[in-house]
Amino acid sequence: MTSLVLRRGLAMRLTAQGDGANVSALFYNARHPLEGYNMPDTLKSQYTAYLTAGRVLHSDMGRALMSITADTCGWHDTLCGVLNARKTAEKFGATTYQADRNDWRRNGRDNFLIELAKHGLGKRDVHANVNFFSKVAADIEGNLTFVPGHAKAGQSVDLRAEMEVLVVLSNTPHPMAPAGAWNPPAIGISVREVPAPAADDPCRVSRPENGRAFANTASYLMIGEGT
Amino acid sequence: MPVLNYVESPLAPEAAAYDKVILAGDGWMHTVRKGQTLRIVDLEGNQAADTLFYNAADPEDRYSATDTIREQGNLFLTTGTKLMSSDGNVLLTITADTCGRHDTIGGACSAESNTTRYALDKKHMHACRDTYLKELVICDHTHHAWGKRDIAHNINFFMNVPVTPEGGLTFADGVSEAGKYVELRAEMDVVVLLSNCPQLNNPCNAYNPTPVRVLIWD
Repeated sequence: MTSLVLRRGLAMRLTAQGDGANVSALFYNARHPLEGYNMPDTLKSQYTAYLTAGRVLHSDMGRALMSITADTCGWHDTLCGVLNARKTAEKFGATTYQADRNDWRRNGRDNFLIELAKHGLGKRDVHANVNFFSKVAADIEGNLTFVPGHAKAGQSVDLRAEMEVLVVLSNTPHPMAPAGAWNPPAIGISVREVPAPAADDPCRVSRPENGRAFANTASYLMIGEGT
Repeated sequence: MPVLNYVESPLAPEAAAYDKVILAGDGWMHTVRKGQTLRIVDLEGNQAADTLFYNAADPEDRYSATDTIREQGNLFLTTGTKLMSSDGNVLLTITADTCGRHDTIGGACSAESNTTRYALDKKHMHACRDTYLKELVICDHTHHAWGKRDIAHNINFFMNVPVTPEGGLTFADGVSEAGKYVELRAEMDVVVLLSNCPQLNNPCNAYNPTPVRVLIWD
């Protein structure tokens, strides 16, 4: 688990370093973390139930928070949350630091709470997260199916910060991944400078809703991130 | 997990301990005690009741849409659904449902999301998250400093948000009709926060927001 703050003008690449990787992520306005990634607003604004290139992570304040500028995996879940300690133990066996030392199996819920606490945040700030590299599809009756082995080693997703964004990451298995051996593949994180999104930026123009979210972010940045 | 699980309730409205009509655009915050049953009635049909629940003893432990749908392996809420909290507890169980399908991934409308979803000049229109904020600010703060951080992802009772196998998502015409209801048994003391949705820009209320009725039985 880790957390980092990306200023506008930076992009983060997450890379799956093994098949079946998953990394759970939360995003906040770093300066005013009352504002954060909002799963329902993101999905309904883009008429989608999953995330991939060309889509924008919307904040609860109607602004573009991050844009997915590239994606070689194709489907990232944002519906299923993370496991807590009890569920992780049920699935992978009881675990303590005392017995397992550095093989201690952490869980997404506690990892989020620990990283959030480093930024003065807590349980009330945890909302629906993204599970990068994991696919969960619904049938017409709403039944959810986890697709095993969806991520392949080397696949990556690029996220561009549209404002100063706090990113919180937990490398723990997807909550619907089958029980079995505990072997979460590593996730690579790299950050680079990128140009500001152009007027015809693919994420900005992929939906009129995204264009308006970009406009809201631009207004917000122009008036000094005051509200 | 069954969907369209039509189950009627044997409870009689005249025996209810509490009975209130909530007008469209109004909020309602109320504690339901363990073992009590809460019924929400769509009085005139196709009305979204945007609802949040909290563990009354510890409001940081609150309804979690992601935990609820993952644990039941299905996106839609109906009879039998256990409403899960963020700490993995069962808050309430749906015990009767004459509508058959309720959404929990569509979220509540806000003034800000209205600007992105419809037009930048829609910000003045009324929205559920403003209703939530008003209720959270004016309620009793003795045991918990309620505020914006308490707005989790809600349930939209009576709202229909189908998802396709390819991952498409739409707001469809409601599946609800006048008199349809959903009933929930509280598995612990819970605080209910309901916004009777004033949205006029999409079909979630059939473009005509109408009252809902809430009843509680001991």
